Amino acid sequence: MEGPEQPPDPTAAPTAEPEMPPEVVAQSLGEYLRSWMVRARSGENRVLPVVAGLIMITVVFEIISPHHVFLSAGNLVNLFQQSAVFMVLAMAESFALLLGEIDLSVGYVAAVGGVIGVQLVQPATTNWPWWAAIIVALLACALIGALQGTLVARFKLPSFVVTLAGLLIFNGLMLLLLLLGPFSGYPSLSGRSTNLHVLYNLMWGNIDPVASWVAMAVIVAGLSFLMWRRDSRRRRSGLVAPPASVTVVKIAALAIVSVAVVAICNINRANIGVVEGVPWVIPIVLAVVGAWSLLLQRTRYGRYVYAIGGNAEAARRAGVDVAMVRTVAFVLCSFTAGIGGLLYASYLGGMSNNVNGGQLVLFAVAAAVIGGTSLFGGRGRMMDGLLGGLVIGGIYNGMYLLGLQVQWEFIVTGFVLLAAIAIDALSRREATRATA
Amino acid sequence: MAQVAPEVKVAEEPLLKVRGLDKHFGPVQALSKVDLDLPAGQVTGLCGDNGAGKSVLTKCIAGIHQPDAGQIFWEGRPVEIRSARDASRLGIETVYQDLALADNLDIVQNMFLGRERVRRGFLDEDEMERAAAATLASLRVTTVRSIRQPVATLSGGQRQSVAVAKAVMWNSKLVILDEPTAALGVMQTQMVLDLVKRLRDHGVAVMVISHNLNDVFEVADRIAVLYLGRMVAQDKASAFDRQSVVEYMTTGTVGRAPVET
Repeated sequence: MEGPEQPPDPTAAPTAEPEMPPEVVAQSLGEYLRSWMVRARSGENRVLPVVAGLIMITVVFEIISPHHVFLSAGNLVNLFQQSAVFMVLAMAESFALLLGEIDLSVGYVAAVGGVIGVQLVQPATTNWPWWAAIIVALLACALIGALQGTLVARFKLPSFVVTLAGLLIFNGLMLLLLLLGPFSGYPSLSGRSTNLHVLYNLMWGNIDPVASWVAMAVIVAGLSFLMWRRDSRRRRSGLVAPPASVTVVKIAALAIVSVAVVAICNINRANIGVVEGVPWVIPIVLAVVGAWSLLLQRTRYGRYVYAIGGNAEAARRAGVDVAMVRTVAFVLCSFTAGIGGLLYASYLGGMSNNVNGGQLVLFAVAAAVIGGTSLFGGRGRMMDGLLGGLVIGGIYNGMYLLGLQVQWEFIVTGFVLLAAIAIDALSRREATRATA
Repeated sequence: MAQVAPEVKVAEEPLLKVRGLDKHFGPVQALSKVDLDLPAGQVTGLCGDNGAGKSVLTKCIAGIHQPDAGQIFWEGRPVEIRSARDASRLGIETVYQDLALADNLDIVQNMFLGRERVRRGFLDEDEMERAAAATLASLRVTTVRSIRQPVATLSGGQRQSVAVAKAVMWNSKLVILDEPTAALGVMQTQMVLDLVKRLRDHGVAVMVISHNLNDVFEVADRIAVLYLGRMVAQDKASAFDRQSVVEYMTTGTVGRAPVET
């Protein structure tokens, strides 16, 4: 059998070159980096701009923030906690964006999930165990997703309109749920009950520093082993694989980032007393990234999501149950929004009618697009939501440190979003030109 | 009779045989009493002007339309093709112009779309990549740089080649190509036509629907002409010349001695 590497086609369109994924063509680390840069310049590589943006945010805010507090351990952990909700909601939104749809309701669906979770653990009323409250909150969100998904996929209603209606309906539902019980619209997570504590600790609880190190080491070692084994097996059997040096660089990068995160989190960040260790929200967010990446990249279902986003007609002709895949995507979207909502409730220490789901969804879409997920469907990964969420969280955090008001945060985030969508549209134009 | 003898010897029973097919949409008679033979290991060119019924006939064979009357025989047995799935179960694959591929997926992902191989719940990428490479190599589709490049980066001819290879991959016995060379340049067209010839050499029955008579005459072993829903001529390619095909397409008949249908 012939290997997959074939001599180049002299008739192939030369404009196609910049878009080639580096892992496909590069034979060495140098070539890999070069082809990566070429793609970045043509707007095709979506990681580089967002990483560059993150570095810029860090440098600028570190220089201009009072006492250069931006890069302090306390602030960095705080930044991640602020970003976590944006990240998870961006990942929720990704399920809709990958299909070329949009879900405007994720903010208030998240809020409904958060309110259900907070209400059910109130000792004065239902006093459910924390795990039951979380399960019911997430199931309720999944049900919402199933309803909206059915309207979009089976009844062929435009997702924009269905979820715009959802935005209003679930805003109302959130307010109704808030009025239940004797809390005058402000159920809180402060109190003595274990169940309240667990929900509060989703965001604010910390893992013991030693346990953090051990868990990190086990996870990094496991992932490195899997990455190395996969790449070397593919190299041995002559399949398309990055050169060994690239695999080593990837593993090294993973290890460095992981060690840095745990080291920063394990510095005592309290002014008085001791607050240290990796906050629980970090493994929670990483688990969501990991699970959904696995689903999207390594399963049939994920493949169909991308296929429908790229060419729904081709997917239909290939025998894919398009309506089912679409419906399930909306279920996953709302379910993930529910996770974001529980984290948000934890972040706020309770829920209130001040929660602005309309703004949350805008930040969710912005985070996904800034991270590199295309608004036109078929392109994007879960990691994009994580990186984009960090950008938005970074701007929010930095503006706060500078003592600037929220209006400036909106304006700066808006401009960042414009830049991201410009890159998205640019790379899309490049792609159509290559095939034309 | 002497001149048709070799063909009879090659395929006593055509792979697919259509007899007396009728199809109307409301008052419009799209097909009337159409007969068609598609023998294995031969390329049949289906010609006809716009609205002659080419695509309706194709869709009846591909299971997208149900005929109102008439019978389709597959390997000599009467069959009913009620869906695209039925068609592919028999071994009939249709390649539609430019509708078959998802741009954002790579070649392997496209070739296995809808029929991914799975091991322990996860996609078996290694196995799929090997099988796709083997199929492409057997059809000598060797101009692509890597089978892991997104289809968006391919030229038109390469895309069409991948779409054809995708159809062949599933042990198809009949491959229907709808305007396979529309919108392709000269070299790209040649690439696709060569691929069609290799399919034939693999023993596959091929039906090519095309407006381009140059292409038809280059690859077709047999030619069938539809005119206003009727099959007005059907014979081996050497029985036609360009002039006669054009006359059949535009008038339904030819000034000289009529060709047997």
